[in-house]
Amino acid sequence: MSEILKQLQEVVILGEPDQARELAVQALEAGVAPLIAIEEALNPGMEIVGDKYESGEYFIPDLVMAAEAMKGAMAVFEPALIARQEQRQVLGTIVIGTVEGDIHEIGKSLVATMLTAAGFQVHDLGVDVPANEFVKQVQETGANVVGMSALLTTTMRNQEVVIEALKEAGLREQIKVIIGGAPTGPEWAQTIGADAYAENANEAVSVVKQLVGGAG
Amino acid sequence: MTMRPHLQFLTHETIERVVAEGYDLLSDPGVRVHSERALHLLAEHGAEVDFEARVVHIPADLARQAVETVPSSFHLYDTDGRPTVHYGSDDVHFDPGSAAIEILDHSAKHSRLPITADFVRFVKLADGLDALDGVATSLVCADVPQEVADLYRLYLILLYTRKPVVTGAFAVETWGVMRDLLVTVAGSEEALAEKPTAIFDACPSPPLSWSEITCENLMDCAQYQVPAELVSMPLTGATGPATLLGAVVQHTAENLSGVAIHQLVNPGAPIVWGGSPAAFDMRTGTTPMGAIETIMIDCAYAEVGKYLGMPTHAYMGMSDSKVVDGQCGFESGIGAVLGALSGINMISGPGMLDFESCFSLEKLVIDAEIVGMAKRLVAGMAERETPLALEIIRQVGHAGNFLSTRHTRRWFREELFIPSPVVDRDFRHQWEDKGCLDVTERAHQRVEEIIAAYEPSPLPDEVTRELEAITLRAAQAAGMDRLPERR
Repeated sequence: MSEILKQLQEVVILGEPDQARELAVQALEAGVAPLIAIEEALNPGMEIVGDKYESGEYFIPDLVMAAEAMKGAMAVFEPALIARQEQRQVLGTIVIGTVEGDIHEIGKSLVATMLTAAGFQVHDLGVDVPANEFVKQVQETGANVVGMSALLTTTMRNQEVVIEALKEAGLREQIKVIIGGAPTGPEWAQTIGADAYAENANEAVSVVKQLVGGAG
Repeated sequence: MTMRPHLQFLTHETIERVVAEGYDLLSDPGVRVHSERALHLLAEHGAEVDFEARVVHIPADLARQAVETVPSSFHLYDTDGRPTVHYGSDDVHFDPGSAAIEILDHSAKHSRLPITADFVRFVKLADGLDALDGVATSLVCADVPQEVADLYRLYLILLYTRKPVVTGAFAVETWGVMRDLLVTVAGSEEALAEKPTAIFDACPSPPLSWSEITCENLMDCAQYQVPAELVSMPLTGATGPATLLGAVVQHTAENLSGVAIHQLVNPGAPIVWGGSPAAFDMRTGTTPMGAIETIMIDCAYAEVGKYLGMPTHAYMGMSDSKVVDGQCGFESGIGAVLGALSGINMISGPGMLDFESCFSLEKLVIDAEIVGMAKRLVAGMAERETPLALEIIRQVGHAGNFLSTRHTRRWFREELFIPSPVVDRDFRHQWEDKGCLDVTERAHQRVEEIIAAYEPSPLPDEVTRELEAITLRAAQAAGMDRLPERR
């Protein structure tokens, strides 16, 4: 691995988004192929970050900042990939958001971060996301997973509304749906016809891996 | 700027009354002292001594002068020469309780007599628990003769850890052997005096008496500049007054008599204001160390010690439960937290059950978490930034995600005490996946992990050989041919 890629990996592990972006630019200028940079520097870097978290050395903020650094570099590499008509290998593409009427952010963002770190392409739609927005984003990104968060008993019903909308758009068969949030649970997932429920961000990663493994 | 949270039971006026009555008791009724050496020393310095009754009437001025010469602070060093425990100001440290005559195995209901292998496991564990600033001679090994049980514990500690030691001698003669062990590791008498690695308990007998052993130990400590801690232990309504403040008065008088004897031997020698009082249980006749009144007396006598300008010590953070259970957790937690809030310099207690008589390695590991939290508590709330938070809150705005800010990453490690997995903070599913372990079971896992990960930092061979020779000589004199196997 070239010196510049080593540095890039290092700043991803350290969680330095600005430096990651800067080094990604330098890598492209130095003629490094974006796919090589992603596969040799970013992905293994995130694996190291995951190991550090598992071993107790890293904590959630370290993980989040590493994912931010990865995103910083990807913001540079993605346009380069498109320009070269190349595609990177991802475990899956996920559209994620907190459902309409609900503005709880942090749990959903954490899941998005963990999934990004695990090697998924994540489209985070934010909070208070209407059902038709989920549908539109699935169509535009070709996502194979939809993740929905709801933290209120009054808004958890909107998870069902999204599933209905996906059915109406004819998308339900081709995608997997995972839900989460304090008032929800595996029974609720079953009731509304979701494919899975996860209690927390770590579990979400393993559940989504199973879902796309099964789909693939 | 950080305000240190502080607990205060007594007003300034109350402390002054306690101390005044303490001084008064030294002359009337005086103190019974079963040491000829101490009685003569006190008589030489103007105390009225009834040699037949062995009662000395110590003039208040003599005791006041002794208090004047006590150093307000000193350090205990590890055997690498690093100052690791600061006796003084409101600094708080913890070490395991001592000296248990029984040990409780994991998941056992019945305790048993500890042997050498248990003690070695204990030292390895205490060495690996960062929350503990010092170790203690916490178990009395049943596989060596009584006559050497005290020094044998110190011998094992010196072999397996570099941390400073809270200890004590069970006889007049063995104190000298224990000192020899410490001198061997330190290199010379002067080196030990300059950087002491151990502190010895000296316990007056309530009410207002000194046995020959503890009094001689106290004077030996002074003479050789080895730190001593006074452990007065009135029992409310039994060997001391039933009123809590009355117990504090008696504690004050007993400790003051110790300070007088100690400082007459060697003015300026290091000595600590400690204790192990208890609120006598009026139903069972036991001496509960986890009783809230026991804890209150501890905190109050520490205030008296601080008023007198002395370093402080207490036996707190203990439980009277027979097994590692809920009672164990709440009694130890309350004691450790209140002791820390009182700014007591050394708090001995972690690991101890059953009225200071039974030790549990699992409890020690749980208590280490309590200690971590207690230390975090007294570190208080720091004003990390100016302005306190305007910038970061404005920066995040309504997006609501502080997790992905540098600010979070900059501060969370300093702001949070991060517990070991002994403290369960898993999601329920994770907890279930790990086998639904309760705190004692998690503690047991950690005990075995830490002992397995123990890394020896051995002393030079000639030092180890000398320690063994000293201990073996003492054991042989007590009728034991060879020392027990250590595994």
